[in-house]
Amino acid sequence: MTNIWLVMFAGGLITFGIRFSLIYLFGRFEIPETLKRALHYVPPAVFSAIIFPEIFLSDGVPDISPANPRLLAGLLAILTAWFSRNTLVTILVGMAGLFFFQWVQ
Amino acid sequence: MSEAKRNFIEGARAEAPILIGVFPFGLIYGALAVNSGLSTAAAQLMSSILFAGSAQFITAQLFSEDTPALVMILTIAVVNLRHILYSASLAPHLKDLSLRWKVLLSYLLTDEAYAPSILHYEKEGLARFKHWFLLGAGGSLWLLWQLSTAIGVFWGASIPENISLDFALPLTFIAMLVPALKKIPMVAAALSAGVVALLAYSLPYKLGLILAALTGILVGALLEGRQSAREAR
Repeated sequence: MTNIWLVMFAGGLITFGIRFSLIYLFGRFEIPETLKRALHYVPPAVFSAIIFPEIFLSDGVPDISPANPRLLAGLLAILTAWFSRNTLVTILVGMAGLFFFQWVQ
Repeated sequence: MSEAKRNFIEGARAEAPILIGVFPFGLIYGALAVNSGLSTAAAQLMSSILFAGSAQFITAQLFSEDTPALVMILTIAVVNLRHILYSASLAPHLKDLSLRWKVLLSYLLTDEAYAPSILHYEKEGLARFKHWFLLGAGGSLWLLWQLSTAIGVFWGASIPENISLDFALPLTFIAMLVPALKKIPMVAAALSAGVVALLAYSLPYKLGLILAALTGILVGALLEGRQSAREAR
């Protein structure tokens, strides 16, 4: 099993380092425009990279069919998120959808 | 009332409406973190050691997938790299502070503390005690984040183990991703990252995740660059 404490301390140190970096180095370093632009795309890219395998694969194999309850529940959640823009509602509808599609099969 | 104290309270007050939105996130994080297999101690302490909402959710998710430590650390670094923008933007306002203050305020520098503080600083200019504003905003957020995590951990630990909530984490990511998909480069970044994540899924050490994220970031940045070049013409 992954050593979570190692991950947390190293990750915490890096996170602090990032936040502290330019406050400490004020005036001695400019962020290149390209990096600035790229940083906006970090959240959608990372979230998507996690979501896709979770809903399109079952047991590591692509399963794009109505027999895949996670895919159906995921699509339902995407619609819910788009229209409600509410995290809690999205999670509740998605979980209810998952239980429903699993139960139907 | 001293000037410092007034700035502190003003910061906490500016943070208050944000806290209302953050509270359920802390609850959800705490509950899902213990449900993903983290010990209650690890789930709780992550909120003070990392103190970064989305990175904590992602760490819990990766932990439940048995991701190697190095890949998890790398992912945390990529996810939190955006804080360098906040660091750069606040730097001129904090430049005369002692090292101790800089360390404390850097630790508290999250998306949610940055937003009201930079608005306040741009309006107020170079007032003497304004670092207390950031302390008030960041400190109240920190306190609420610990508290909501604790309630969530407590609540999550009482959910029977046979009720699988592992799908709730990807659902949380859907809830955070979908409302941001307003422009073509954003959609392209998300789609390309997702497709690469599927194609590269069988790569060892979960390296597919990093590869997918970097692809999405590159695609988004390139498309935006092309768009703005076209508009400039």
